[in-house]
Amino acid sequence: MKHLTEYRDTALVEEYLQQLRAITTRPWTIMEICGGQTHSLVRNGILDMLPGNITMVHGPGCPVCVTPLGIIDEAIELASRPQVILCSFGDMLRVPGSVRSLLEVKATGGDVRIVYSPLEAVKIAKDNPDREVVFFAVGFETTAPANALAVIQADKMQLKNFSVLASHVLVPPAMEAILSDPECKINGFLAAGHVCTIMGIEEYYPIAEKYKIPIVVTGFEPVDLLQGILMTVQQLENGVHKVENQYTRVVLREGNLAAQKAIQAVFEVSDRSWRGIGMIPQSGYEVKESYSHYSARQKFKLDLQSTQEHSVCISGSIMKGLKKPHDCPAFGKTCKPEHPLGAPMVSSEGACAAYYQYKSSTETVPLA
Amino acid sequence: MCLSIPGKLTSIIAQLDDTFRIGKVSFGGIMREVNLAMVPEAKIGDYVLVHVGVAIGTIDEEEAHKTLEYLKKTGELEEELKGAPGE
Ligand code: SF4
Repeated sequence: MKHLTEYRDTALVEEYLQQLRAITTRPWTIMEICGGQTHSLVRNGILDMLPGNITMVHGPGCPVCVTPLGIIDEAIELASRPQVILCSFGDMLRVPGSVRSLLEVKATGGDVRIVYSPLEAVKIAKDNPDREVVFFAVGFETTAPANALAVIQADKMQLKNFSVLASHVLVPPAMEAILSDPECKINGFLAAGHVCTIMGIEEYYPIAEKYKIPIVVTGFEPVDLLQGILMTVQQLENGVHKVENQYTRVVLREGNLAAQKAIQAVFEVSDRSWRGIGMIPQSGYEVKESYSHYSARQKFKLDLQSTQEHSVCISGSIMKGLKKPHDCPAFGKTCKPEHPLGAPMVSSEGACAAYYQYKSSTETVPLA
Repeated sequence: MCLSIPGKLTSIIAQLDDTFRIGKVSFGGIMREVNLAMVPEAKIGDYVLVHVGVAIGTIDEEEAHKTLEYLKKTGELEEELKGAPGE
């Protein structure tokens, strides 16, 4: 159990919890979309503090977890080529591909470099004119402007040896896919605050209306999450379904227009397959035709092969909110952060890794 | 890698054109270079929200301090800035 005094505002945390206990009369299942929120909920012990009839399920908002196996394999194939320097966010390196991971390619001599920002990869391209630099451009809407900016900057610098392997995913189509599943039991959503910083909140109104579901745009700190949960339960108990914004200190209704403009300049919406979930129509970004010479997929004529997921992994059901990590027979036994069988055990923002690391006490976590 | 962290814009170090600016940002004392193309309104002294080396919004000073304090306490500030280009 975490101590409340560790929080930014202890009194507020207690007040939100009290209000939640006072108003909750029925069981509710709420999904947070963002992996950063999952991480915060688990590490701060919030799951243990909520009234027993509120169940949090953990959505697909971890880019490491949803990047499809086929694209991991593409990255691994590129990284194995001697002329290529593959640049990636660090979290992607340990994700299992169908045969091996990027880390294993690196260990056997592949030039795989961890970068903090896609703009660093552009600099590496400038400094290595005789090599091909590929940036593994994964991420949700939050990361898309930075990845777009990298392409725009490479273009301004007239770099011919830079390209991006795009695996961009979008939140609203994934919410719709989850809600359309006949087994879906989700009563409310916490939408991801930083995604909305970029995109604004307009996209969520039709979803709240169509599926009669409350959507509350929420930050990632404990007080934010508790307030977001409280606002969702207030709506549910009152029988309403609105889009509300808990994270007003950061999120504007229209989002960041300059960032949206950069995204639109470089990317177009495309179908995208999500690891564990499958194809979701119009749920990703692909590099536009006008920038196709910056698309690694075009430049290296990569052809997506269909690949086989480890059969035991139930990450798809977890990310759809149908199951919890400890429902997986491999959890904590054959699947651990040191040797992950599925992507959600890799990143600390993945539900399986978060549960494993912080061993949430209300869950029956079988640890080997 | 999903987090966006607040920091104080302390100087502009490059201006390629009207919007393509690069600045130095202090994250509770840790300095990093940040691209400012998405926050044309940001001025020196403002607090910006930074995600993978790019500022994606501006934020009130008091709120920025509270978030920074939280991230420092949990160790996530250093975690998030790991591998980031230094000063
Ligand atoms: S514990 Fe491992 S195998 Fe099971 S769902 Fe999570 S990542 Fe997949």
